[in-house]
This record gives sequence, C-alpha cells and structure tokens, in this order.
Amino acid sequence: MSERVLAQGFSALGRIPGVAFVLVALFAIFASMSPGFSTAPNLSNILVQSAILLLLALPMTFIIMTEGLDLSIGAVLTLASVVLASVAVSTGSLPLAFVAALAIGLAFGLLNGWIIAWLDIPPFVATLGTLGIAQGLCLVLTDGQSIVGMPPALHYIYSGYLLGIPFPLVIAAVAYVAMHGILYHTRLGTYVPALGGNREALRHAGVNDRLVLAVIYGIGGLMAGVAGLLLTSRMSAAHPTAAIGMEFDAIAAVAVGGTQFERGEGWLFGTLLGVITIGVLRNGLNLLEMPSSVQVVCVGLLVIVALFLDGMRKVQE
Amino acid sequence: MSQAEAVAPKFKITLSRDVIDVAYRLLAVALICIVLSLVSDAFLTTNNLLNVLRQASLVFFMASGLTLVILTGKIDLSIGATVGLSACVAATIIKSTGSPWIGGLAAICIGALVGLGNGLMVTKLRIPSFIATYGMLWVAQGATYYYMSGQSVYGFPPGFRALGSGYLLGIPIPIYLMVVFMLLGNFFTKRTTYGQQIYAIGANSVAGRLSGIPVNSRLNLVFILSGAMAGLASLIYLARLNSAEGDIGETLTLPTIAAVVIGGTSLFGGVGSLFGTFIGGLILTLILNGMNLLSLNANWQPLVTGLIVLLAVWLDMKTRSKTDSN
Repeated sequence: MSERVLAQGFSALGRIPGVAFVLVALFAIFASMSPGFSTAPNLSNILVQSAILLLLALPMTFIIMTEGLDLSIGAVLTLASVVLASVAVSTGSLPLAFVAALAIGLAFGLLNGWIIAWLDIPPFVATLGTLGIAQGLCLVLTDGQSIVGMPPALHYIYSGYLLGIPFPLVIAAVAYVAMHGILYHTRLGTYVPALGGNREALRHAGVNDRLVLAVIYGIGGLMAGVAGLLLTSRMSAAHPTAAIGMEFDAIAAVAVGGTQFERGEGWLFGTLLGVITIGVLRNGLNLLEMPSSVQVVCVGLLVIVALFLDGMRKVQE
Repeated sequence: MSQAEAVAPKFKITLSRDVIDVAYRLLAVALICIVLSLVSDAFLTTNNLLNVLRQASLVFFMASGLTLVILTGKIDLSIGATVGLSACVAATIIKSTGSPWIGGLAAICIGALVGLGNGLMVTKLRIPSFIATYGMLWVAQGATYYYMSGQSVYGFPPGFRALGSGYLLGIPIPIYLMVVFMLLGNFFTKRTTYGQQIYAIGANSVAGRLSGIPVNSRLNLVFILSGAMAGLASLIYLARLNSAEGDIGETLTLPTIAAVVIGGTSLFGGVGSLFGTFIGGLILTLILNGMNLLSLNANWQPLVTGLIVLLAVWLDMKTRSKTDSN
C-alpha cells in the first residue's frame, strides 16, 4: 500500500515538470521575442482571458476521467450566450437572462448525460450530435446574425473587480475550489475515476453509475453556461459562432495537464497549468501577430508533444 | 488456423444481417421518396433525382473511407477538415500549373498524409482515435486557413469541372465514379484478406492480434485510405463548386458520420458495409433535399443532422441489443 502511495507520489512529481517545463519554456521564448509579453498588464490579461477556458476545462477533466468526452461544450457555451443575449434584449432583465443561460447550459449537459448514460451511446458521437443541435439552435435563433444592444451593466461582469481582483478571476477561482472539493473531498469525486477505471465494479458496489455520469455532464453544461455569461459580457454581444471550437482548447488543456484518456487517471491542478499554458501560447502568438489559424495548429502540436512525452514516460515505466 | 475457422461462421451471420439491414434501409428510402413526392411537386423530376444522386455520391466518397475506419472500431473526425485542406491545395496547384492531374495527385497525397498522421497517433502514441482525429480536425483546418489567408480560388479548366458537374449519357459523372468505387470497395472489404481482417479487428481486436493479424499496420492502412478518399472527394467537391475557400470543409464532418451510422455500420466496429453507407448517404441527402424543397432555412441543417445521428445510433444499438439477446 505504502509503495503504491509512494509510486503515485513519484508519478505526480514526474508530472509537475512536464507541464511546468513547457510553461516555463514558452514563457521564456515569448518574453525574449516580444517586449510586451512579460509586463504586468499583459500577464494579468492572460489570466483573465484564461478564466473562460478554465470553466470549460475543469468539468472536461472530470468527463475525460470517466473515459468520456464532451465535444458539444463550445457550442453549448455559444448557445447559452445567444439565449442570454436574446432574453436580455427582449425582456431587459439581466437576472432573467442569466438564469436562462445557466438553465440552457444545464439542460444540454443533462441531455448529454442522459444520452450517454441511459441510451449507452458513445460519448464522442452523442456530444457530436448535441453539438450539431446546439449549433443549429444558435443559427436558427439568430438567423446567423450577431445580437447586440446589451444592457450596459452586463459589461461589468467581465471588466469589474471584487476586492481589487478582476471578477472573471474570482469566478474561475471559486469554480476551481468547488471542483477541487468535489473531486478530492466528496463521495461523488471518488466515483469519477472509478467510472473511467471500472464502471462495472462501481455498479456492483450499488452506486447509480448512470446518475453520477449525468451529474458530471450536467456540471459541464452548467459551467459552459457560466462561461457563456463571461463571454457575452466580454463582447457585450452574442455571435452564433463565437465559441465554436473552444472545446478543442479545453480538451487540449486537459491533455497537456497530464490527465489520461484511459484508466481514469486525472489531475485537476495539471488542468489549471494546462489552461495557463494554452493561455500563454495564444497570448504570445497574438503578440507576435500570428493569425488564429496558426494558433490552433500550435495548440494541436503542443498536445501531440505533450502526449508524446507522456507516451515516452509510459514506455520507460 | 482453428481460430480462423471459429471466426468464419460469425461472418456469415453478419453478412445475412447486412442483407436484412439493407432491406430495411431501402424501405426507408422508398418511404421518404413517397412522402416527398406527395408534399412537393418538384421532387419527382429527373433533374432533382439526379441531383440527389450526385449529392449522395459526394457524401459516399467522404463516407466510404470513414466506413473502413469505423469497421475497425475507430473513428475519423478529421474528414471534413481533410477535404477542406486537400481541396484548397488542389485548387491553388491547378490554378498555378493548369494541370488537374498534378492538383488531383496532390489532393490525394495530402489526404493520405493526414490519414497517416491520424494512424500513427492512434497506433504509435496510443491516443484514442476520437481525440487524435479531433485534434487533427483543428490542425488541418488551421493549416487550411493559414494557407488560404482569407483568399478564395475559383475558375478551373472545363475538363476538370466535368468531374463534378459533367454528364455522360444524361447521368452526372460523379455517379459513375461512385458506382466504380463502390464495386471496388465491396470487393476489397468482402473478398480480400485485408478486408476481412478489417472486420475481424473491429469485431475483436485482441482476438485479431492473437490470430496473427498485423493490427497496427491495418489500422494505419484504413486511416490512410480514409484520408485518401477524403482527398478524392475534395476533387469532386471542388469541380462541382468551381471555387475553394478556407472554410470549404467545415460543415462536412457531421453529415459524413451521419451517412455511415444511418447506413448501419456499428460505431463499435465489425458490423456494416459500404453499400449500407451509400444507402445512408442517400437517406441523409433525401432528407436534406426535402428540407430544401420545402424551403426550410439552411440554418436548420446542423440541428436536423445532429438529431439524425443520435437517432440512427440509438436505433442501431436497440436492434443490436435485441439480436444479441436472442
């Protein structure tokens, strides 16, 4: 037993340099290439911009630990944003719009969970289907146009401060602490890796594995709703394709952070580092005036490098 | 050797199941046709029907390689992006050299290279295929956007355009191509050792490996074929559209997967056929054509396609669990 704990400790130690090394290397490269990079305003900018991605990557970590996947999360975020904007424009009530956005996010998350847990459809195809549905709803609701004319107060959610800390960071920190608490200090959290490692055993132990899965995907949808709130506030508008593809960054952050796609091994702090790494990468490339197409390719390459290093370490073990 | 014999009867069962599956799907095609001809006068015209078949043949080219991948129990989510990348590269090469042959070769090679990349990620790095090919989707799409830098390329030689929009004896040329490739593909999957090994890997990859099938190299092969077929599809697509832009392949992945699953190929591998995929593509095209004839906004397409994918997989799983328990 103590040997296993020791081995786990070692593998955790072995992981920290992995992501952190990449992060430091990227930091050094961008700092030397772009004078604007390592300034305090830019670094705080990176953190604030990473808040939205963290909201998606945290539940994605849970989902990937269950050997699942949520490809719909970017489209659900966009849909939440579109719903928020249309409710805000038509009723003028921000609280009502927030509730609607969170509700649509939660509904899609639970829909994913239901399709995956009760209909037993493989997660990637289930969420690919709901991706199409969410994306279609965005297009139908907006007719392909942006929704503008938000109440001015909406802007404060993204650009406001609480006790001197940017509000998006407060939300991200609360989300991180909550998800950390769930994963490492609740019974639900112990079920998460078990769902990935051995679902059958969990069922025999009398756990309602389907309900647990649905709750996990539901959390993912809810967090996408919160992220939609931040995104709409940042743009003071909603666009039907605003966050399409953001699930790729979220999956990349989880992968770079060292969570395994098999066997239910995950690491929430690694995801946090992964999110910051991708934030640094995108911000640095932005400062070097690289188009977003190049950024996407770089994120993909980053994941391949990370998984390659990971594979090497597995071979060594 | 004894394992091969033990596997043999199973193939017979799946073959006969194939026949039943195809019969059900042809029935569905007939039903959809009857409904559409009742609700729209424009449906039952030669022009519209040939148009549907031409669209279905495009879907078939993209979906045929994917069918092989799914038969092994893996997935290729990068099809649409591969089509986009190949189409854009082919377009610029045809424009600059004036030779459709060089452009065509380049498209198929690029498709095959993307497929090889997918295959290596799955077999060497042991990344689950839905993650590896999903990453490839974004990498290929990013590369396409960068390559095109917002430009569009249009206006190709008439000889090349005939590939997508030409007619021979009153029938669109892509339909002939599709028939040729379907016959070749059916022969490959049903009558060659390679093809049967693909089914065997999907049915049980461990048993396949133990009975001496080089699983990894077959997996690489199906991913390469999937990419190469996407490259070929991109040419027909390009010849039809007569222009290429960075976002050309963006909306193609979901319909392609829809065609395969509607066609009865199981996402768990080992069951399905290329002919089924053709029928699947036909059903999908008929539904989208019907929406078009009823002048339903194109914005509804992703929603409807998403619903169809979920419904098709669910139906497939329901019938499978029923036959399994019998």
